[in-house]
Amino acid sequence: MINLTINGKSHPFGGDPEMPLLWALRDELDLKGTKFGCGIGTCGACTVHVDGEPKRACVTKVSDAAEGSITTVEGISTDGSHPVQQAWIELDVPQCGYCQGGQIMSACSLLEKKPQPTDADIDSAMNGVLCRCGTYPRIRAAIHHAAKAMQASK
Amino acid sequence: MTKTDPNRRSFLRLTALAGGGLMLGLYSKAKAQAPNRPARAPLAPSDFVTIASNGKVTIAACNPDVGQGVLTSLPMIVAEELDVDWKDVQIVRSGVGRKFGSQLTGGSTATPSNWEPLRRVGASARALLVSAAAQTWNVPVEECSTASGRVHHKASQRSLGYGELASKAASLPLPDASSLTLKDPKDYKIIGKSTIGVENLDIVTGKPIFGIDLALPGMLHAVFHKTPVMGGKVASANLDEVKAMKGVKHVFVIEGRPMPSTYPNYLFQDPGLETGIAIVADSWWAAQSARRKLVVEWEPGQWGTQDSAANVAKAEELSKLPPARNLRSEGDVEAAFAQSGAKVVEGAYHFPFIAHATMEPQTCTAHFKDGKAEIWSATQFPQPGLRAIAGLMSIPEENVTINMVRGGGGFGRRAYNDVMCEAVWISKAVGAPVKLVWTREDDIQHDYYRCGGFQYLKGAIDPNGKLIAWRDHFVGYGEGEAFAHDGGFSPSEFPAGFVPNFAVHSSVMPLGLKTGALRAPYSNSAAWVIQSFLDELAHAAGKDPVQFRLELLERTPSPSPQARGRGMDPARMRRAIELVAEKSGWGKRQLPKGTALGAAFHYSHGGYIAEVAEVTVAANKKVKVNKVWVVGDVGSHIVNPSGAENQVQGSVVDGLSELIQEITLREGRVVQTNYHNHPMLRMAQAPPIDVQFLASPNTPSGLGEPALPPILPAVCNAIFAVTGERIRTLPMTKQGFSFA
Repeated sequence: MINLTINGKSHPFGGDPEMPLLWALRDELDLKGTKFGCGIGTCGACTVHVDGEPKRACVTKVSDAAEGSITTVEGISTDGSHPVQQAWIELDVPQCGYCQGGQIMSACSLLEKKPQPTDADIDSAMNGVLCRCGTYPRIRAAIHHAAKAMQASK
Repeated sequence: MTKTDPNRRSFLRLTALAGGGLMLGLYSKAKAQAPNRPARAPLAPSDFVTIASNGKVTIAACNPDVGQGVLTSLPMIVAEELDVDWKDVQIVRSGVGRKFGSQLTGGSTATPSNWEPLRRVGASARALLVSAAAQTWNVPVEECSTASGRVHHKASQRSLGYGELASKAASLPLPDASSLTLKDPKDYKIIGKSTIGVENLDIVTGKPIFGIDLALPGMLHAVFHKTPVMGGKVASANLDEVKAMKGVKHVFVIEGRPMPSTYPNYLFQDPGLETGIAIVADSWWAAQSARRKLVVEWEPGQWGTQDSAANVAKAEELSKLPPARNLRSEGDVEAAFAQSGAKVVEGAYHFPFIAHATMEPQTCTAHFKDGKAEIWSATQFPQPGLRAIAGLMSIPEENVTINMVRGGGGFGRRAYNDVMCEAVWISKAVGAPVKLVWTREDDIQHDYYRCGGFQYLKGAIDPNGKLIAWRDHFVGYGEGEAFAHDGGFSPSEFPAGFVPNFAVHSSVMPLGLKTGALRAPYSNSAAWVIQSFLDELAHAAGKDPVQFRLELLERTPSPSPQARGRGMDPARMRRAIELVAEKSGWGKRQLPKGTALGAAFHYSHGGYIAEVAEVTVAANKKVKVNKVWVVGDVGSHIVNPSGAENQVQGSVVDGLSELIQEITLREGRVVQTNYHNHPMLRMAQAPPIDVQFLASPNTPSGLGEPALPPILPAVCNAIFAVTGERIRTLPMTKQGFSFA
C-alpha cells in the first residue's frame, strides 16, 4: 500500500503504482481540479507541486510521488482566498477555465521563487502551460497583480 | 425611457410559484436563421426569471458556455432591465429542449439574437412588479420607480422589495408588448460594466464543474478506439486478450453507421457513428492501459490511400484546367488583365486543415436505461444532439434528457455530437452509466477539421494604381456542386462589388475526412487569402497598404448590399481602419530595422474588425509579434467589457496559433497526434493586445469570432514588409518562418 500526502493529508492508495498521479488524483481520490489535457507532459493542465516543484501529473507515476508532499489546486485554498486565486478572479482571467488550475499552480511556484517576477521570468516559468483560449495577456497581468498583493501583505 | 419595437416576435408567460413567487418564461418564434437550416418548431415557454418571496432572483442561462462568457453576459442583460443589483442575482443553467428557444453556441449569435428578447424579459418582470406595488399602495404606476430590487413611491416614501411583490405580480396580466418601456442606455448600471465570470471562483479553486469531472454512482469509464480512416472497418482484433486485462469489464466492436451523405452538413444532421472498439473498465486509466494492448487489423475502405501531398498536386492540376463552376462574374476580367498599362499580379494561396484541439478533450457521460437516455455534455449544439440521440437509439425525443455542463473550450468542435452518440451507445451496450473520455490523440485524429483549400488569384492595377480586376479560382474539396462541410467559398466575399471586373470560379476534388466549423469558420481562411492578396496589389500599385484599402472601401459598391462584401457597410469598416491606423502609429513611427507593421480587416459575424500587427523578423526567420492593435465596431453596446476584451485577445492569440498549425493525411490517416506536432501559441510568444471598440447605432453583435480572421493576414503582411517574402502557404513553417 502506497501512502500519498496530498494537500497536507495522508491518503492510502491501493491501486496500480504505475498509474499516473493525474488519474489517481482525479478518479481514485476525487480531486478533479487537476486536469487531463495531453497525457504526454506538453500542455501543463495537470500541473501540481511535488515538494514545492511544479510537476506534470500526467507523466508522474504514483510510485514516484509517494515520497513527496503533493499540492493540487484544491490545496492552494478552497475558498479562493490565496492572492494568486484572488488575482485570477479579480482580473477575470478565465475564459473556458480548463487550463487555469495548471496556470495557477505554475504561477504560485514562480512567485515562491521570484516574488517580483519580470515579464521574462513569467515567459520562462509559464511557457509550459498552454491556454487554448489565449488568456496569456491576463495571466501575465494577474501574476504581476498577485505579486504586488503578496508584497503588500508582508 | 425608450419605447420598444412592438413587432418583436418574442412572447412571455407568467406563472405563480408555489410559496409565493413569480416565474417568467420567454419564448421567441423566429430568431434570425441562416439559410439551409431547418425551420424551428413553435416554442413553449421556459422558466427564465424567478423571483422568490424572499427576494432571491434567479436567472436561467440557456446557452452552453464553453468559455465565451454567455453564462455571465446574457443574464446581465436581463438583470439590467429588471433593475436588480448584480450581486443579488443567482445564475443557473437551464435544461435543454425546444421550449428554451435556440440554445446553440455558434456563429457569435448569442448577443445579437438575445439582446432585444432578454431586455424585454427583464422589463416585463419589472413592469409587473411596479404594477403590483402601485395596486398595493393604490397609486398610479407612473409615480413608482425601481432601484436595486425594490419599487419606490417617492411621494409617500414607501418602498417594497421585489420578493414581497412577487406573489401579487404573478397574478397580474402580462404587460402589453407595445406599452413596454426599456431603459434609456444612459441609466445602465450593469450593461457596459466589466463583470467577472460567474464561475471564476469555482474555476480557480478546482471545483468539478467540467464535463470530464462528472461522476455518477455505478459509473464505468470508457475509451473508444476508432477507425483511423474515415469509414474503415475492423477486420480482426485481440478482444479476448484485452478483456482479460485488470479492471476491464467490456470490450466490443461498434459497427459503424453510414454517414447521411458524402459531404453532409454535420452541424444539423445525425453525425452517424464511426466503427471502433469500445473498452469499458472500472477506471479510465484501466481502460486506457488495456487499449495499449489492443491489436487491430483495419479494413481501411475507400479512403485508405488518401494523401495530402497528392491533394496538393491535384489542386495544382485543377488550377490549370478551366474551372468547374463560375460562381460570379461581373465586367470582363480577361479584358482588364489585357488592358494596356495594366499591372497584373498573380498569387497561389494554400491553407491547410486544422484541428480544434480544445483543452478539455471530447468527453460525454451517458446513462441509457429503460428506453431513456440521460446525458451530461458540454455540447455547443444541445438540441441537434438531442435529436441525434433520439434517432440513433430509436427513442422519442422526450426520452432524451441533456444536462449542460461547462465545456473546456469549444471553438466549434463541440457543435458536433459524435462523442455524445458514442457515449450513449456504449452505455446501452453495457447497461450502466458510462463516462467516455477521449485521449488527446483521439481528439486530434478524429476531429471535424477546418477544411483546407487553395485559391489561385489574379488581379490588375491600372496606371493610376487603381484595382480594376480580380479573379479567384477557388480549388476546394467536395463533389459536383457540394463543397465539404464549411469548406466552400462565398462569391460575395469582399472585394466582391468593389471591383468593376470581378470573377470567382471553383473546382473541387474528393475528400475522405470530416470537416467542420472552426472559430470564425470560412472567415479564418478567407480573410487570410484576401487580405494578403490585397496587400500584394497595394504594393504593386505602389500605395500604402492602409490607404489602398481605404480607397477601395470608398467606392460605391454594386450591385446590391447583400451581394457585396457579404453585406458589409464600408463606412463602418473605414472608421475601424482609420482608428487602428491612428492607434498603431501607422506611417508615423520610426521602426527599427527588421521591424514593420502589417494591416488587415475583415467583416464577419456582424463585426467590423481592423487589426495592425507590429512584427520583428530575425535573420533566421524567427518571427516575434511585438504588439497587436485591434479596433472593432460591434454595434451600440458592449454588454460585458471585460469578457469582450478577453474574447478579442483570445481570438488574436488563437489566430496566431493558426499560422503554425497543420493537419495532414498519409494512407488516409491523420498524421498529427498531440500538441507537440499540432502546436499552439505559448506565453512567451503572445504579444500585448490593445483592444478598442467603436460604438455605432447598430444592434450589438457577438465577439466570439470576428476578431480572429484579420490577425493572420496582418502578421503575414508585416512579415512581407520586413522581408519582402510573401507567405502564400500556411503553416508559415513551410516557408521557413517560425515564432521566436
